[in-house]
Amino acid sequence: MRYGILLLGAPYSDQASHSALRFARALLARGHRLEAVFFYHDGVYNAARLAAPPQDEPHLVDGWATLHAEHGVALQVCIAAALRRGLLDEREAARHGKAGHSVEAPFELTGVGQLIDLGQRCDRLVTFGP
Amino acid sequence: MHDVTAPTAGDLLVILRHSPHGSSWLREGLDAALVGAAFGQRVHLLFMGEGVTALVEGQQAGALGQKGTAPTLEMLEMYDIETLWVEAQALARFGLSPADLMLDPVPLSADALARAVATHPLVLTF
Repeated sequence: MRYGILLLGAPYSDQASHSALRFARALLARGHRLEAVFFYHDGVYNAARLAAPPQDEPHLVDGWATLHAEHGVALQVCIAAALRRGLLDEREAARHGKAGHSVEAPFELTGVGQLIDLGQRCDRLVTFGP
Repeated sequence: MHDVTAPTAGDLLVILRHSPHGSSWLREGLDAALVGAAFGQRVHLLFMGEGVTALVEGQQAGALGQKGTAPTLEMLEMYDIETLWVEAQALARFGLSPADLMLDPVPLSADALARAVATHPLVLTF
């Protein structure tokens, strides 16, 4: 089946991100396709490129990037939810006059329209939230 | 009178479970509903649990400098989002009656609510 994931929980604050990543790995291992993960609400913090968790904890940001590298899973971040929480890619940082950027590829800033599109394209859209 | 036993089917059901002001759940859920409607989806809204308080009449933006959600709710009709449901049990729990609410939502029993969820191919819960 073709799956999509909607992730609404912040990494390390809630179980949601850990569960979503493990669910993603499990369905890929069973031969399903995962089209995209859409990060919305506090889920956008999963795209923070500066995240530096202790080495003996799962690295969620790297975990998502690995899914993209190995399975081509798109990592779509709601731009409105991201900007107000300080998550900007290079282009947005320049546009808003910020000295640094906090989001980088393979995460992409995009609109909620992509979430609606994902829901239409997939057989199942599974939401993970706190 | 609306027939609460047979909810209309739509393309997208957005379930709102949080009250306004205390968090951004309601605002971001409503944003998803508006975008869905702008993309041509038939969008229905279901206010559950604390979410029913979003519809209480006479709300202001509050003291925290947030925009508030009442103006967004008043825009729903412009986006052709006209089917608004509220969880009847939650209304009772908060001591509210339909007359206390803006936009004239239709109360749904627990059974009707389950059917409403089942008749939508896409459900987003906030």
